[in-house]
Amino acid sequence: MTTFVLINVTLLVILTATALTISRMRALYEATMLTALFSLVTACLFVLLDAVDVAFTEAAVGVGISTVLLLGGLSLTRSRETVTPRRRRLPGAAVAALTGGTLIYAAQDLPGFGAADTPVQSHPITDVYLRQSQEDIGIPNTVTSVLASYRGLDTLGELVVVVTAGVAVLLLLGPLTRPEDAGWRKALDLVDYRVLRVVSGLLMPFILLFALYVLFHGDFGPGGGFQAGVIFATGFVLYGLVFGLDKAQRVLPKAVLWSLIPLGLVLFIGLGVVSMLLGGSFLDYDTLSPGDPAAGQHLGILLVEAAIGITVAAVMTSVFFSFAGRRATR
Amino acid sequence: MIRSHYVFWLVFALMMIGLYVVISHGNLLKKLIGLSMFQVGVFLFFISLGKVDGGSAPIISEGVETYSHPLPQVLILTAIVVGVATLAVGLALAVRVFEAYGTVEEEELLERDQDEATT
Repeated sequence: MTTFVLINVTLLVILTATALTISRMRALYEATMLTALFSLVTACLFVLLDAVDVAFTEAAVGVGISTVLLLGGLSLTRSRETVTPRRRRLPGAAVAALTGGTLIYAAQDLPGFGAADTPVQSHPITDVYLRQSQEDIGIPNTVTSVLASYRGLDTLGELVVVVTAGVAVLLLLGPLTRPEDAGWRKALDLVDYRVLRVVSGLLMPFILLFALYVLFHGDFGPGGGFQAGVIFATGFVLYGLVFGLDKAQRVLPKAVLWSLIPLGLVLFIGLGVVSMLLGGSFLDYDTLSPGDPAAGQHLGILLVEAAIGITVAAVMTSVFFSFAGRRATR
Repeated sequence: MIRSHYVFWLVFALMMIGLYVVISHGNLLKKLIGLSMFQVGVFLFFISLGKVDGGSAPIISEGVETYSHPLPQVLILTAIVVGVATLAVGLALAVRVFEAYGTVEEEELLERDQDEATT
């Protein structure tokens, strides 16, 4: 128990120190690298707090995709921040101190960290998710069953947000630039480095295979559609970074990529409609296999995870392509 | 009090650093970084509410009796992916602002707008 507290406090202090350093840094490339470290430490903390699925997602998203996106954004703008004038520092500090004080004051009413008798733990739904789910669905990873089945509608909403964000980026940065015009390729010809070329070529199938493993193993261990989608996207991002954008787009043409974005969403909603047509309610997978509800649940969860994976992978990859394909106007 | 609430206090400190960066710094990209730090603070807060002492990850296995609550984890898992998608939108907006104004500093942007209004 004491080791737990010690590790917990150490990681949180490292996290806070990293955040402070990032806030003081004016060189934004370096700050971006520190945010990757920040995400990695956060992922460790999530593991410590028993949230292995979340840790997985944070490691894949925070360290991989969001770092690449920030670097892409920096390469298209300016990477150095001007000095924050003193008159701007004061209001921010005052608001932060006031809000922080209020939060700490209000936190007195919070139940203690890790206590077993908190409203979160004693609510009847806890028993449904942890015990009854084993009979209803029969999947060991309760995070997956809550994500895809009990709260499937929630997840559908989140997926809609992801699709909307992806479409917004495509509209803002325009799919109109042709890959040949991209200013990126001349700036960094990573493909000339033999080690990089060979190693990333070797890694590609394994990254994609790992993504598939994460997708289909989500029922039994940490993993699922969101993580798998992000790992898929990382594979293509690596390919695009090393071999150049035009080659990556020959492997994965834009038309295919863009049609994959709504495909996952349509699959998800379609599954809901099918379960309604079979006599159940929206996203009630019991009806998919009459007589054996658990098998229907398995099928439904697998299809939903696949749909999530397709959409997330397509959105992340096309967002990266639109950042990388934009000509630097500097 | 310290023993039962230290996690919340440190997480609040993290959130407030993010909030300070969002309010005080003028650079749009730095604001986005601050926003993601704030976001991570909220994520940690949520997850820490679901944690039970001596619990284990909510993957049912033999011989384990206590599990942390899966629901906050589900909410945060999806929120992380949504977070990176919205970060991408913010970055795209910053890129467009840079292309239109030649700067991503808030003060210079306001000056540019004022100049345009007067001429």
